Amino acid sequence: MKVPWRARPVVLVPYLWLAIFFLAPFLIVLKISLSRTAIAQPPYTPVLDVAAGWQGLQAFLAALTVDNYAFIASDWLYLASYLRSLELAAISTLLLLLIGFPLAYGMARAPRRWQPALFMLVMLPFWTSFLIRIYAWINILQHDGLLNRVLLALRLVDTPPAWLASDTAVYIGMVYSYLPFMVLPLYATLERLDTSLIEAAADLGCTRWKAFWLVTLPLSLPGLLAGVLLCFIPIVGEFVIPDLLGGSQSMMIGQTLWSEFFLNKDWPVASAVAVVLLCVLLPPILVYQRMQARDLAG
Amino acid sequence: MQSPGIIAPPRAFPSWRNSDARPLLRLEQVSKHFAGTAVVESVSLDVFEGEFFALLGPSGCGKTTLLRMLAGLDSPDSGRILLDGKDLAPVPPYRRPLNMMFQSYALFPHLNVESNIAFGLKQDRLARSEIAARVADMLRLVRLEGYGKRKPHQLSGGERQRVALARSLAKRPRVLLLDEPLAALDKKLRGETQFELMQLQAELGLTFIIVTHDQQEAMTVASRIAVMNRGRLAQIATPPEIYEQPNSRWVADFIGEVNLIEARVLAAGEGQREEQGIVLASASAGRLRAAQDGGSAAGDTVWIALRPEKVRISRERPAAAADNCVAGQVCSIGYLGDISAYKVRLESGWIMKAALANMTRLLERPIGLDDHVWLSWPADAAVVLTR
Repeated sequence: MKVPWRARPVVLVPYLWLAIFFLAPFLIVLKISLSRTAIAQPPYTPVLDVAAGWQGLQAFLAALTVDNYAFIASDWLYLASYLRSLELAAISTLLLLLIGFPLAYGMARAPRRWQPALFMLVMLPFWTSFLIRIYAWINILQHDGLLNRVLLALRLVDTPPAWLASDTAVYIGMVYSYLPFMVLPLYATLERLDTSLIEAAADLGCTRWKAFWLVTLPLSLPGLLAGVLLCFIPIVGEFVIPDLLGGSQSMMIGQTLWSEFFLNKDWPVASAVAVVLLCVLLPPILVYQRMQARDLAG
Repeated sequence: MQSPGIIAPPRAFPSWRNSDARPLLRLEQVSKHFAGTAVVESVSLDVFEGEFFALLGPSGCGKTTLLRMLAGLDSPDSGRILLDGKDLAPVPPYRRPLNMMFQSYALFPHLNVESNIAFGLKQDRLARSEIAARVADMLRLVRLEGYGKRKPHQLSGGERQRVALARSLAKRPRVLLLDEPLAALDKKLRGETQFELMQLQAELGLTFIIVTHDQQEAMTVASRIAVMNRGRLAQIATPPEIYEQPNSRWVADFIGEVNLIEARVLAAGEGQREEQGIVLASASAGRLRAAQDGGSAAGDTVWIALRPEKVRISRERPAAAADNCVAGQVCSIGYLGDISAYKVRLESGWIMKAALANMTRLLERPIGLDDHVWLSWPADAAVVLTR
């Protein structure tokens, strides 16, 4: 489609936005990841000296290095951290799918007049700050917290188990925080699903379960994939939930990044960790982009 | 299938007249309520093997609900549905030997034409070669060879309709249920497809039950029609009987155009000749004579149902006529191509409809607006209705 010349500035606005708020910060991070640490302000070198002109630029480029990437590759701690993040994200996403699908299905099949209310209930937690909700979970999961008191009252346990600082607490936090991102895209596709297709499947010899498997599930794949990616991608880089609810025995990549920045004050290695993380997440992000484009086209 | 619209298929043997014949499908006092209102109310009817049976009625009359109960998608609140004498109530939809063609077609959008048609066969766990052969047969039957690999969204409305038909026929159901199968097609295509359906039904020897709100469609395709109104059966009869011998004012009015004249029976069975039936007095059209009495007696209030095409319209007063002849003035003419529909205001102020076939290519009609004309009809043209 050709854009008339008078409309071109309007088209440029989103590109300008992306350039200022996404591309420029990314280039800065990329540059820092190619620098060395220095006890200075800023805490890395080289810094481009614009006053030195052409020679200054040459000196600047010559001083860039890929040592930080080599360092990340050589230390198993970083690899372990990436793998742990991917594992945690994969398991959390699977749990989210197992809980989110029935929830979305129930919402989509509920009577029309209930649906706005159900929708509201899913969205309601967003009205409170994310951080406060995680602190609330600390309260619930602590030694004499709500969960343990309920379990003791119901005589399900004799001694209160320690929930905090465990993977279970991290999974609870992840599933709780990301559930709307799984439920909403699934609900959107399931709600559009023509019920006469299920009836046709039944008419042609399918039991309920088979009709679900052969018709409902394949037709809800776009929403399912969108939900999975919307949860998986941010969970890989999640920092707050594992930091507040999880243990200290192993770190997710977000925590590693944080400690490089704030504990070690090693901006270049922290930036390299961030760039590698972006590269790891690039394939799922591209898949998601392609799906969105196809949705818009078709 | 041959080229459509040329050969009318032989009509099925009228087994409903044979008192020994066992119905294939029997409905006994079937009722269904939704949210406290009766959608279907004590419907009883028989459908015989090889019939093309139509459920006809205005929208909301319960005909689709009735069809869905046959398919097992809804269950009746009371009453029984018997197939071959066996109660269908405990049989879930996926085990019923009936298949339905949905009004929306309900084609699976993620499957191509072949897989759509094969869907039911795969549930029966037929051998692959058998499925492939049947799918090919079905594609040939609905003239869609070469379309097997297409997805539903790549087809036209008419093609989708034929895929839906092929899919519902592929399992060779005992009864094929068609829910407004042609409603989404344009008029021309609808006419052709009606003939195709009839040919298909005759060729396969299957029993078809069609739901439609289009009376012309029901008249064209069906061997018998059940007319429904507000969840109840109004009449079950062959198309000619429904048209020529409606059993109530409602049916007469629903099927085609009709003049309904309220009249009081003066004398029953007193005519000079036996076929001259009864004499009536009406406020709108004066003294009338009808060949049949419709079970009425002198003094009863009845309605004369008179189809417009049976009314003769002329400038001169017809010679031999004394009764069934009224004068009036033409107040509107509708030229429909094949016929002209006249509305004539009688001296009483009542408006009577008359239709005239345009048999010659007259560009100037002999009867024009505001002309004074005579309307007349033979005594056996009218039907006497008591309700």
